[in-house]
Parts: sequence; C-alpha cells; structure tokens
Amino acid sequence: MAKVITGVGCPYCGASCDDIEVTVSDDGTKVLEVKNACAIGNQVFHHASTPGRITSPRLRQPDGTYKEISYEEAIDRAARILVNAKKPLIYGFGSTNCEGMSAAGRVAEKAGAVLDNCASICHGSSFLAIFDNGYPSCTLGEVKNRADVIVYWASNPAHAHPRHMSRYSIFPRGFFTGKGHMGRKIICIDPRVTDTARVADIHLQVQQGHDYELFNAFRTVLHGGDIPDMVAGIPKEKILEAAGIMKKARFGTVFYGMGLCHSDGRNHNVDIAISMTRDLNEFTKWTIMAMRGHYNIAGPGVVWSWQFGFPYCIDMTKRDLVHMNPGETSSVDLAMRDEVDAFVNIGTDAGAHFPIPAVQHLKKHPWITIDPNICMASEISDLHIPVAVVGVETGGVVYRMDNVPIQFKKVVEPAGGILTDEELFDKIYERMCELDQEA
Amino acid sequence: MKTVTLTMKNKPELILECNNVTPDAFAGKSLADIGRLEVYEGKFRAPLADYFEIAGEAGETAADTRIVMKGDCKRVKRIGQKMTAGEIEIEGDADMYIGGWMEGGRIHVKGNVDAFCGMAMKGGELLVDGDAGNYLGAAYRGDWRGMQGGLIRVKGNTGNDTATFINGGTIIVEGNAFIHVSTHGEGGTVVIKGDVEGRVGGQMVKGDVYVFGNIQYMLPGFKYMEDVEKEIDGTKATFAHYIGDLGERHPTSRGQTVYANLYVKA
Amino acid sequence: MGEYLIKNGFVFDPVQGINGDKSDVALKDGKIVETTALSSGATVIDASGMTVMAGGVDIHSHVAGAKVDVGRLLRPEDKLFKSPKKTGKVSRVEMGYSVPTTFKTGYDYTRMGYSFVMEAAMPPLEAPHTHEEMRDTPIIDMAAMPVYGNNWFMLEYLKNGEIENNAAYSAWLMTATKGFAIKVVNPGGTEAWGWGLNCTTIHDPVPYFDITPAEIIKGLIETNEYLRLPHSIHLHPNNLGNPGNYETTLETLRLAEGYSPKSDFGREQVLHNTHLQFHSYGGDSWGNFESKAKEVMDYVNQQKNLTIDLGCVTLDETTTMTADGPFEHHLNGLNHLKWANTDVELETAAGVVPYVYGKNVKVCDIQWAIGLEIALFAKDMMRTFLTTDHPNAGPFFRYPRIIKWLMSKQSRDELLHSFKWADRVIAATNLESIDREMTFNEIAQMTRAGPAKALGIAHMYGSLKPGMNGNVAVYNINPEHMPADPDEIEKAFLRAAYVFKDGVMVSRDGEILATPPKLALWVNAKVPENAQVRRDIYEKFRKYYSVNLENYPVRDELAPNQRVIELDITA
Repeated sequence: MAKVITGVGCPYCGASCDDIEVTVSDDGTKVLEVKNACAIGNQVFHHASTPGRITSPRLRQPDGTYKEISYEEAIDRAARILVNAKKPLIYGFGSTNCEGMSAAGRVAEKAGAVLDNCASICHGSSFLAIFDNGYPSCTLGEVKNRADVIVYWASNPAHAHPRHMSRYSIFPRGFFTGKGHMGRKIICIDPRVTDTARVADIHLQVQQGHDYELFNAFRTVLHGGDIPDMVAGIPKEKILEAAGIMKKARFGTVFYGMGLCHSDGRNHNVDIAISMTRDLNEFTKWTIMAMRGHYNIAGPGVVWSWQFGFPYCIDMTKRDLVHMNPGETSSVDLAMRDEVDAFVNIGTDAGAHFPIPAVQHLKKHPWITIDPNICMASEISDLHIPVAVVGVETGGVVYRMDNVPIQFKKVVEPAGGILTDEELFDKIYERMCELDQEA
Repeated sequence: MKTVTLTMKNKPELILECNNVTPDAFAGKSLADIGRLEVYEGKFRAPLADYFEIAGEAGETAADTRIVMKGDCKRVKRIGQKMTAGEIEIEGDADMYIGGWMEGGRIHVKGNVDAFCGMAMKGGELLVDGDAGNYLGAAYRGDWRGMQGGLIRVKGNTGNDTATFINGGTIIVEGNAFIHVSTHGEGGTVVIKGDVEGRVGGQMVKGDVYVFGNIQYMLPGFKYMEDVEKEIDGTKATFAHYIGDLGERHPTSRGQTVYANLYVKA
Repeated sequence: MGEYLIKNGFVFDPVQGINGDKSDVALKDGKIVETTALSSGATVIDASGMTVMAGGVDIHSHVAGAKVDVGRLLRPEDKLFKSPKKTGKVSRVEMGYSVPTTFKTGYDYTRMGYSFVMEAAMPPLEAPHTHEEMRDTPIIDMAAMPVYGNNWFMLEYLKNGEIENNAAYSAWLMTATKGFAIKVVNPGGTEAWGWGLNCTTIHDPVPYFDITPAEIIKGLIETNEYLRLPHSIHLHPNNLGNPGNYETTLETLRLAEGYSPKSDFGREQVLHNTHLQFHSYGGDSWGNFESKAKEVMDYVNQQKNLTIDLGCVTLDETTTMTADGPFEHHLNGLNHLKWANTDVELETAAGVVPYVYGKNVKVCDIQWAIGLEIALFAKDMMRTFLTTDHPNAGPFFRYPRIIKWLMSKQSRDELLHSFKWADRVIAATNLESIDREMTFNEIAQMTRAGPAKALGIAHMYGSLKPGMNGNVAVYNINPEHMPADPDEIEKAFLRAAYVFKDGVMVSRDGEILATPPKLALWVNAKVPENAQVRRDIYEKFRKYYSVNLENYPVRDELAPNQRVIELDITA
C-alpha cells in the first residue's frame, strides 16, 4: 500500500509551501506522486528517486577521474583540508536545513574558516540595506489577510516563485480580503513585460538600472515635492498615479527581487525601497519583503545571526572574534582576490554561479563539494560527498522568505544510506577534534 | 620624529592583516618588540618580522613616530587602523582599510588603495596619490556614524559609495567617482573634481557635495535653487546650487528646514 | 556529577529566612542537599568572606527568538570593536553587545550567577525559532511566554465573553508552542498596528474586533486563573513610553482589583506588570517629562495581587525590541535610526530600533532615575524584580550595575550630579531625596526568591533549600566588610567567584568551565475536550494562516531537554 503524507514542505523556492501531499511507495523509499506543488517543486521530489543517484563519496584521481571512497575517508580528508588551510571558505547552504547550517557553523568556527551562504551572490545586498536602514516587514499571512495593494518591484514570481501570487499575495481570500484578487490593486515595476507584469493593474516599465531614481521620485512625491516630467523612463503622471494608489492603500506590501539586488547600486536600491516603505507608513500601513530564492535561504541568515551575530560573510579566521564585511569577506570577493586556500561548496553550485576568474582561483586549492546531485561544482571538485535531499530524505527547520520557521518532514529514507548534512558536518567536527588531539 | 622602515621580504601567500602597523603600536618599542607584533595571514598568526625587514627606530610617542612601508604592500590590509598620531608613508600600493577608524596623524599612500579606506574616520589626514576603491570614507556596515572628521584626499578616482553616512570631515577626490556619493550623509563635505555617473546625495539629510565635472544622472529629489560663486580647494568658480534630497527627512534649525547642498560647477 | 560543599559563606536565602548567616551549602546529584547527605569525597569550596545565593532568576528578558535575532542581524555595528575575545576551552565565540549571540547570552548570565531566564515574548507562529535559539543558549534553563494580547482567537472569544473557550485555545497554544505563560503586549494596540493604528488608552476599541484593551486584560486574567497556570498574566500595558502614561498604568493595574490567584504553584499575584519604568511617566511632553514612580508604587504597594519588574534604564547604547509594533514605529520617528518591523499573522507584531540612552540627555536621565525609584519606593521586594527589559532599557549584563546603584546611595548620587542637566533631572524626579540602600537580602528577593515565586517555579529555583535544583552563585563580596568603592559591588556580581548549575561547577571567576545540558520549561495544561475550539483552530488555519496546522506545533527535537509542567484542570 502506497502511503500519503500530507503537510509536506516543498524544498524549492522561498515560498516554502507546506501543503504538499506526497505519495510514497510501501517500503518508504520511492516518491510516487506529488500533489499541490508547482511543476518545479514536483520535480524536486521526484528527482530524489531518480536512478543513478550518487550514494558514495568520490575522490578525484591524478588521471582526472573520480574514485568511490568511504565516508570515513572522505570525512578524514575534509577535516584535514579544513585544519591545514590558512583560510578555508565554506560556502553555499542554498538547499539544506537549519540543522545542517548549525553543524556547519560549528565546523567553520573550529576551522577558523570564512562561512558564507548563497545570499552573498543573491539577496546579500538586502542584508546590507537592512543593516543600514531596517526592514519594516510582515509574515505572508498578513499580506493574504490584509493587503489591498501589492507592488512587485524587480521580481517575477510568475516564474521564480510559482505559487507566491496564489498562496499569499494577489489571489487568496483572507480575513479582511474576502474579495481576493478583485479587492486588490497590483503594481508591477520591471523593465521587462514579465508574466507578473501581465497580471498587474499598473506596469511601470522602469529604465533598466534606474530603480534608485524612480524610488527617489516616489519619495519626493510622498514628501510633497515636485519631480521632473520623466524619471527613469516613467512619465510623471504615472508616478503620481501609482503613488496615489499606494498612499490610499489600507495595507500594502512591496515584494522586491533580484532586479534591485543585481543592478548597479545593489543594496542602495533596496535601501531606498525600505525608506519609501517607511515614508508610506506616515500615511497608512506598508510593509516590504525580499523575494528570497530558495526554500531555506533565509535559514543561514537566521541561524548564524544567533550563533555569530551576522547573517553571512562570516570571517572566523581570527578565531576569538568574528568579522563581517561584505565586499571583503564575501565569497566572490575572496575568490576574485585569491584570498582563500580551500573551498567547501555545500548545497549550491559555485561552479555554475561564480565568475570564471573566481572559480579559477578557487581551483588552485582543494575544492570539496557536498551535494546530493551531480552539478558543475561536483564535476570540478577534488572531493564530492553526497548527502540526503533535505525536505525529501530528511526533515528539519527551514525559514520561509518572511523568516517564518517551517518544520519540514522527511518523506522517504535517504538513498543508499547516505548521511544528512548535519550528520556529515558533525562527523567532520569530531574528526577535526581528533586531529587536534593527535597534534 | 623618528622613523621605522618596514620592507616586505616575504610576501604573504594569501593576504596580510596588519592592524598593528600604527605609530601607536610602534611607539616606545624596540625594533625587536616591533618585530614581535602580531599579524594575520588567514587564521595563522605570525610576528611582523616574518614578513618585513624592520629598520630604524620608533619614537617615544605615536606623534613622534613615522613608519615607512617599502616593497609590495598591495596585499596588506589595515595599515594605520585606529591610529591617533604620527605618520605612515606607503611607497607603493596598499590593500583595504588603510586609515580605517583613524583618529589623528597622517597617512600618505603613493600608489593605489583598495576598498574601505578611511572608514569611519574621526580625524587626521589620509592622502592617496593613486586611486581608491569603493567605500572611501564610508561607515562600517549598519553604523549611522560614518566619517566624523579629518581629511581624505585621493588624487585619482574612486569607486562607488564614497562617503556613505558621512557626518563630518572632508573628502576630496581629484578624479572621478562612480555612483553613490554621500548617500545617507548627515554632514561633512565631499568634493569630486571629475565626473560622477549618478546618485549623488541620495537619502542625504545634511552636508555639502561639490562636483566639478558632470553628473550624468541627476536625482529627481534635488532641486535647483540658484547659481553661486564659491572657492573650493583653491578653485574659484560658479556653481549651480541644488538642495535635496527632497525625498528624505530634514531637520529644522531656527524655524528653517535644513537641506543637503549639492553644488555642480557651471 | 560531583559533590560540593560550599563552606563558610554568608548565605542569603529569603525563602528559608537565612539573612547573611555564615553557613554551608551542599550539592549532590544536581540538587541542593543537607550537608549531612554528602560523602567524604565532596569537593570543598571555601566561600569564607563571600556571599552565597541561589542561582538568579530573570523574569523578563528578550534573549531568544525572531525579534531578538532581527536585532542581531540589524546591527553589525553592535559587534564591531565591542565584542570580547573568546577565552576558555568550552566557549563558543561571543559576539555582540546589546544583543549578544545565544552563546554569549548563556555564558554572561552564567557568569553573573543566573540559572533561569524567561524569554519575554514568543510570537506563537515563530515558536520553533525561539526554541531553536533556547536550545543554542548554553547552561541557563529557559522558558518562553507566547504573546497573546492581540491574537484573533482570543479577541473573538473574549469579545463574546467565552472564557472557557479562550482557556481551551490558550491551553492548546501553550502546548503547541511549548510556552510557559500568557504574555500580553499592548493589548489591542498591536492588532490596530496591522492598519498602522494603535490603542493608547485601555478604552480605545480595537479596529474591527470591537473589544477594548480593558476587556482583553480582564478576560485574560480570568482565562489565566481558570487555567490555574503557574504564572499570572504578564502584561506590557498600553501607552508605553509616552509622557503622562502613568494614568493609563494605574487604570490598567486597577483592572486586577477583585481577582485573586488560583494556582497550585505558590504565586500570590494575578497580574505582573513588566518593565514598570516605561509606564511611570508624568508630564504631557518631553519638555515637562517627569517621574511618577511614587504615584505608581504607592498603588502597587497596597495591592498584594500585583507584581512588577523594573525595566531599569542603564544609560547605554542599546537595541529596543518589542511586540509593541506601533511603539517602535513611533520611536523611529523620534530617533530616525533604522527600523525593523514584523507583523505576525493573526497573532502579534514586533519592532526593533537601536537606541542610544545618552548620559547627558535629560529625558534619558529621568528614565534612569525612574527605574531606580520604582525599586526604592517598593515595600515588598518579593513582588519587585530586577530587570532591564533586556535589551530595551539596557543590556542584562548591567544588572550588577543596577545592584550597585540600589545598594549605594553614594554611587547613584555621584552619577546623578554628573549629568549635564543634573538640576532639571533632580527637579523632575525623587531620586536625590531617597536615602534607602538595599540589603543583600533584598537583592536576593529581587533576583531569586521573588521572581521564582511569581513565575510559579519556586519549587525548583530561587532558594537554597534542600531538594531545590543545584543552582548556586558565590560572589566575592563580604557583607560584613562592604567595599569603600561601590564599583566593587558591580564587579562582584558581574563575575561570580563560583557558579553551580544543577550541581556542576559551570563558571569560576568568569571563566566558563562546563556547559551541561540545559532545560526548556513549558506548561501542558489539560482542559476539558472542546469541539468548538478544535473546529475554530482547524478553520482559522485552513482559511487565514499561511502555514499548515500540522507543522505549527513545536516538535520535540527543538527542545531536547524539556521539563514539562503538567496541569490538569479537568480533575
């Protein structure tokens, strides 16, 4: 008898939907059917049951091929690399649970490493803005229950967060929003005519790279000032119209995405969005939220803040103090400047995401990839250690894009007895302690 | 004034962090003691003498101590961090945080420096003959107390985020700046003698910015007032005077709203 | 686990009426025992010339959970050049100043001789986060209070006068969140903040829900007594931080008149008013801002069914954080620093703003004086507890400094007269005219026996009676030879000479020696089966929450060492 597991969390995007129903085989090893998830989420569950999963650590041979080795040997090698490096970098955590992040934090502290997560190349600029200017936000249920104006700025949930609009923002009927979509005004600000822009009531097609000027114009209008006839490619009347709708909202939310974080000025684009949100609170209630990418990419920011005081770019090389300054202690900057001499890629794919010169620098030194899958990073690593797929083969706490913790479930047993991230890092830690004793 | 000369003899494999290279740390110490000061290469602590040839003599006080850095210091960070007096001369390039949190004295870099130099500076003088990187004279992450006092002069260009959260002091960039000058500023003076691409004075509350060249993209929150004559750093000229950022809060003083001033040379 | 005999110290245990007598305290199997129960192998600790107390109990401190972590994340500058270097072998790195990491929190409380800390506000939806952080806070036992005062279930039940239903829901929520007590923050006002509004008096109706803060408070007292919970309701009243708010406070406290405690855990109060300092303000503007500590304490002193904690301002740069969302927005408008806010669906909100209590800012100095006056006007120190509402009025590691100010008129007068606007501060406060100096026994009441009793955990904490948890602090200060320099008092209480937790020596002279397992306490109240409430929970989750009901209750893995306090009101 196949069994159905309900209330399953989806390990795909930052919407972290936890209403998935998964049917698994009688022996609890295979995912048979997935309901409620979007197409991509659905695929993540099935992927875990794909034949050909790597179930054993692999060590690069002098001839360039991989040889299967035991976990014990892999753990010993990883521990030695971390102990011996002058400045190891442990980066990733796009796809793991908080338990794994916490265990990795302990390893990084022991190793005197730099600990960083994918926010570094993603919403890290949001952190910089939060450091400088705060973050007036809310949980997603607040949006569902109260919001009558939604702004999607530089984000395209129709593709990146497929169920975001239906679960939380545009379409759901909440307590004070019984009319659902009919009761809401949607403003989309994006240089492209995205599928999100197509469902919006107003689309402001901002000139690419000039969001900061447009925010500045909104703020100037909100403060009662005059603006030029055209700002960032948007006519003054359109700005006044949108600002008027925003001021008259009962409850509004700005959801912003990579368009702000990945264009010039990065954190400042987010920073001024935060300022605008604060300005709007002089008139009515407004909140802002980063459209975080992965299902638990908010996790490392949460966990490491309580452990180390910083969400990312955590330089522990001084051992008795922690230093953080993105631009210096951020992974890509460290790699580009050739400042590290060992690299652990965990739950992400730096091989695919980092600039080529950064990868070239990192490749001069030992490179370990910890990931359930074969990816570009695993294929250029010196050591690949497979782990269980979080959300499918192991549960744990994840933080949704609004920093709400969701307790994820395991639906099937880990393939071939592979370890979880937490187990692996705990074993590496133990091995490092042993090496300490031996020394 | 007495001089200690540090000459790079063993270049670090990665980078070197030398927050102990200040007149304050050197003053009153023998060369041997100076050589024992700790520096970091990654997680490895080592004595300064492992990397540098150390010669000369330190003064009794910081004010009486001058440090000359020779050889390739392009990958040496934090020289002159928190220094309160004395002098440092770096004959070539240096890395990040040169003169960070500096309170007094003088640093002269004859080459280029990287990012975060003069961070949250309180006093003293930082002179860079070449280019500076991003975040010149900016605040540390999250701090609303950026540069408080002192003078930074860069003869070349800077990157972005010059003078973020500046509260006081003066920054003069003789070349160009990229974007974000005096963002969130609440005081101080920034002079850019070349061009700026844009975002000058965004979210600025108070303070002055002078641009001698072009601003390619002017922020909509700045409003033209009138043309004024000004003498700035030895140059007398007519400037178009703007006030802003009109999208930001502004304090009042004696019943008048205080704005940030942006002067663009006509 | 070793045996210890702490010999010849000056022992202060208000519960046993031991007031500075030279005596011995024995530890065995994690508990306090009679000295006769020790074997000959017990390690002897020479405490002669030192002060011995039970481990400290903090009734209200923001140390773990979502908004605390926002405070950490928001403030890198709170770490820069302000964190101590890691020392010792077992310690994790200790980062942060006003909002320390979980590790630093556990170590610093331990160094001060504390063994139990109550996390002051746990948003139920984010309870797993609070528990994750409590798990990562070493050594000290903890519990957390779920925030109720703006919860939609509660607003609807109380609007209809359904105490039984509200109690059934509250019991469910307490269990689901592994929570300890009913925390109420700006009742009604935080729900109003959902629309950018507030309730600044106890008679302002809550938008849409059409109930007043006064009705909420009375309804929650009734709910709490119906459930016979160990602790009373724990209230942060409306109108916090505003000039003239003492009238709101007095009106709020009067709501408790006529209620008496119903609990088997020994408490005598039905309402705990937290951080009273923030609620004892006179004047009608910051210009004529003044202390109303006396007026408020005159009332509190008469009412045996009230307890309070101080919320002392310590004149530090700190980080304010509260479920009082509208207050943080208001504060941001005053100081223009960064502002974080999180409204939590159906339940509560939270805001975080850094704040600099300047030593030469008149208002800050008056706030400082008010905090001390509340203690010094108090008649019953078993009902008056030392807090800073950490980190709101100051970081918790300033408790020893507050003890110094309370024990030494000289020290507080010196500071008072050093203020730039000393004359105006003196004119707006009573502090200069107060000669009272607290005794060690009174300090022990305010930091151990009193809070343990009010929380309903006096059977485990707050005393050195045999059978109590083996939590002991030995301070290097001699009550018979008080130091001439009051700063020595602060020093002694900041770094206890010896600290024992559950019978293990965990700290010596500030060095952390061991990190034994710590407990998470929570209350499991069994109530009569209530089908309506069950249906209401199911429906609200189906329609309005953004998370699945199945995933809402905190799983046991997040609280690996639980001490469940079982209650059965069906019996």
